[in-house]
Amino acid sequence: MVSLPRLKARREPGERPAPALTRRRPPARRRRFTSTQVWIWFFLTPTVVLYGLYTVYPIIASYWFSFVEWNGFEAEKTWVGLRNYQDVLADPQFWNSFTVTALFTVVAVPVKVIFSLLVALLLNSPKMPLRSLFRTAFFLPVVTTTAIVGVVMQFVFDPTDGPVNQLLLTLGLVDEGINFLGDSSTSLWTVVGVYVWKWFGVTLIYWLAALQTIPDDVYQAAALDGAGPWSMLRHITMPLLKPFTVIISLLTLESTLKVFDLVLTMTNGGPFYSTEVVEIYIYRWSFAATTPQLGFASAAAVIFGMFVCLLGLLQLAGIRAARKAGGLA
Amino acid sequence: MSTTVHKAPGRGWSVARVRNRLVWWVMAVIIGIGALLWVYPFVWMVSASLKDQLEVFGSGLSLLPKTPVWENYARAWTDAGFGQYLLNTVIVTVCTVVLVVVRCAMAGYVIARYRFTGRKTVMVVLIATLFVPTGYTIIPVVEISQRLGLLNSLSGMVIALSGAAHVASILLYMGYFRGVPKELEEAAVIDGAGFLSVFFRVMLPLAMPVTATVTLLTFLATWNAFFLPLVFTFSRPDLRTLSVGMLAFVGENSVDWSGMAAAAVISLLPVVILFVLLQRYFVEGMAGAVKS
Repeated sequence: MVSLPRLKARREPGERPAPALTRRRPPARRRRFTSTQVWIWFFLTPTVVLYGLYTVYPIIASYWFSFVEWNGFEAEKTWVGLRNYQDVLADPQFWNSFTVTALFTVVAVPVKVIFSLLVALLLNSPKMPLRSLFRTAFFLPVVTTTAIVGVVMQFVFDPTDGPVNQLLLTLGLVDEGINFLGDSSTSLWTVVGVYVWKWFGVTLIYWLAALQTIPDDVYQAAALDGAGPWSMLRHITMPLLKPFTVIISLLTLESTLKVFDLVLTMTNGGPFYSTEVVEIYIYRWSFAATTPQLGFASAAAVIFGMFVCLLGLLQLAGIRAARKAGGLA
Repeated sequence: MSTTVHKAPGRGWSVARVRNRLVWWVMAVIIGIGALLWVYPFVWMVSASLKDQLEVFGSGLSLLPKTPVWENYARAWTDAGFGQYLLNTVIVTVCTVVLVVVRCAMAGYVIARYRFTGRKTVMVVLIATLFVPTGYTIIPVVEISQRLGLLNSLSGMVIALSGAAHVASILLYMGYFRGVPKELEEAAVIDGAGFLSVFFRVMLPLAMPVTATVTLLTFLATWNAFFLPLVFTFSRPDLRTLSVGMLAFVGENSVDWSGMAAAAVISLLPVVILFVLLQRYFVEGMAGAVKS
């Protein structure tokens, strides 16, 4: 949920505030002008201070911290130049966490985007019975606390008494319970599954919003021309959804890079680092280690941050391209 | 098929109509199974929270407890400290929401409606940070909080939570205030209103729809926050929020399934109730990202 405000903001950068500027008429009198200026900065102060301390400063400081050796928040910092970067890049566990994050994303994004599209297509039809009830059901996990859900899932996937294994045993599909979270060959996929389950509703809502941009009369006209549901889907819905596909995929992609809450509470990165995503790697070196390596962890954070930033720029380019395509269609 | 043509629409049980209906009901059953899967963990959780500690393990797939055991809730509430955790979470969430709404509305208002030196810089910095991942900056956040003496306190947690991101909220307010006709302000000024009362008496009440969205999304983000509350309460267990308390609880009592389930119900119930009551606003607030 932490990622939401960022997601929502994506539509904004394209809008320009300029028109408001030109409409503003210069204040009539000099004295009023200065008192207004004071009020303006008074209004901006809370944002400038809070945002400066907790968003801008941390971004700059992580670069500085990545060049020092620093073993705990109370400890002294010593300048070590690029050594932290060398150490991070030489650490196989960093690359392991990078791979885990990549695998997570590569599997979770398409599964989520495709399946939610299928469900959205069905739920968008007025002929679908109970559609709003279903929408509520799919959306329910989205509003719940990820960390709580993660803990509950530990029990749901328990190898002996968890309901999932109980069901598999009752149906005779397995002879003994599967250790979903305790076995490094299934743990990552279980977490991915829960992740898809948890956030499926968001992508579904995106698709439903996209589908609602297609006016009803387009379908009515097609129906008059004798088009069946299948050809409507192929020749109307799909082409009109195309520009949204890029945006929705990129929004989904970005959100899979923030899975700290779920992974920490479900598996804590284990077993044998099989679910250790980059966020957990950073957390482990900064808070969970006996001697925290804060400089080293900062270097890992910077490297991964740059990677995410690149994805962000890609996203911007993607949305621009999608808008263009949408405008032409 | 041709026989159905001259039948009045909406009447009757023609073959095509029945078949059409049937197809949709089959789809509904398939989707319904999926939807059940989506709700099941919560149903299981509620059921486990009402079983006694042995019944959770022994009863297999049965969801109905023999007799509801309400002591689980008492145990979670008092012994496990979830009453305290709930109070902490409510305090942190309410304070953060108020702080975020006020500061974002104020910033959005002046940026949207006034020209001043530094306006461009403020805008550029806000937009730029949209593309920098904030989740990876936890180390400096903890460092600065410690230097300011705000670590290990609820007020420190509130300040950190309301300082992070929320650019989207500012942009929402900006977009709204930009669209308000300036005659409204001018009329208020002629009536003798100063800068403050123009904002608090005229503009902020006008922006109610935006305030509703920002409140709801900030509420959700703060109630569900985990990383910050976790690192802010390492040495102060009494300040834990629900999400952090839950992790600590299973760390200490991994066999108390019904207590865990009761604690989870206590933690999730407020958001779920709010969601059921305000579902439309949640959905619209989130769908905003695509409707550009």
